Amino acid sequence: MMHLFDILLVGVLAWIAIGSTSEAKLFKSIVMFMVFGLFMSLAWIRLGSPDVALAEAAIGSGVTGALLLDAAGHLRRRPTPYPEEDASSTEEEADA
Amino acid sequence: MRDRLKIMPLLASLAALGIIATTIIGLPSTAPGLSAQMNANAETIGIKNVVTAVLLDFRGYDTLLEISVLMLATVAVLSLRVPPSESRRRLTGESGLLLGSLTRLLAPFMIVIAGFLVWVGSSGPGGAFQAGAVLGAGGILLALAGYDRPAWVRQSLIRVALTIGLLAFIAIALLPILNGGTLLEYPDSARKTLLLLLEGLLTLSIGASLASLFLASASRGQDGGGR
Amino acid sequence: MSTYLIYSLGGAVIFAIGLYALLARRHLVHKVIGANLMGSGTFLVLIGLGNRAPGGTPDPVPQAMVLTGIVVTVALTALGLAITKRYFSATGLDDLDTDPREGDHP
Repeated sequence: MMHLFDILLVGVLAWIAIGSTSEAKLFKSIVMFMVFGLFMSLAWIRLGSPDVALAEAAIGSGVTGALLLDAAGHLRRRPTPYPEEDASSTEEEADA
Repeated sequence: MRDRLKIMPLLASLAALGIIATTIIGLPSTAPGLSAQMNANAETIGIKNVVTAVLLDFRGYDTLLEISVLMLATVAVLSLRVPPSESRRRLTGESGLLLGSLTRLLAPFMIVIAGFLVWVGSSGPGGAFQAGAVLGAGGILLALAGYDRPAWVRQSLIRVALTIGLLAFIAIALLPILNGGTLLEYPDSARKTLLLLLEGLLTLSIGASLASLFLASASRGQDGGGR
Repeated sequence: MSTYLIYSLGGAVIFAIGLYALLARRHLVHKVIGANLMGSGTFLVLIGLGNRAPGGTPDPVPQAMVLTGIVVTVALTALGLAITKRYFSATGLDDLDTDPREGDHP
């Protein structure tokens, strides 16, 4: 019975991984990657490692997701040559 | 803009999948592994969470090198940030009702949860890395909600927080050599205290490092670096 | 088909997906995501293979190694993204295929 759950979980993981790397929009890819991290937490629980599940949820999904979203926000701006980057790029909101 | 399917990377990834999958299938389906020995040894040193015992005691050298990798990455990321003289922007103090109130509610809890995770890490799931991640996430949340770095958090304090984990680990690792032992050979009498102290300092360092990794390269940087 | 085999083979599949993304996608952030996926796939294989003990208790040594690996992966991600952002600030490009000297900025 649990084999069915495991097969479904691994199938979902592979599907989300493919989706996270094949989306054209960057934001969708990053959100799918964060969801991938959370499903990996479930996989770690099924494999009997709660420490790794805690770390994956916090670091793998949380901090990595925050870093990726910040990079995506930074890359969306008008490309101005550094260091003439002026105060015009302060319009971004605080996404969290 | 969708990339078209590229043949060579597809062949490479299929070849990797084939090699790994055939190797996995070829391995014996039951292997005793090291869990029996680890469990027995963990009971002799008094730490009930076997993974923490393995991380800090049996494979302590790996953890030492890992903390130094994290510190190196932090140094590299901090060196790539926009110099403070060129970014006088501060994160705005206004952050919206929901984010601000949620942050004010959650930030003290995150500190308490981090402390709890470190404490419970010796007997249940938890430990220094998980607690450090919660601390780092708390720092990121505070910064994203618009809370500026308070005046008493000076550059020197940030640097101390970043480096104290690694320095304490190196000191604890080298200390037995002075007494005639080998590297990372903890004295049996003070083992639990030493490990708890080490875990606390590691938590602080990992939290500061994770928050710095985000804040130092954040596009709207505070002048003076991460938290 | 036991539990460990499902997760280990799944880890191999995720590793292959990450490898393709690292090699084939043009955007630098997609490459970083691919590297992360390769890491996660490897961790699945490691811990999956550590669950083969006949008594049922999982092996703690791969779990400790994977904890180390997760922290190293986030350090790698942070450094890769910092370099990506500096490259974007310097040239205005977000992929490595376009030559910055030819002047075809997006």
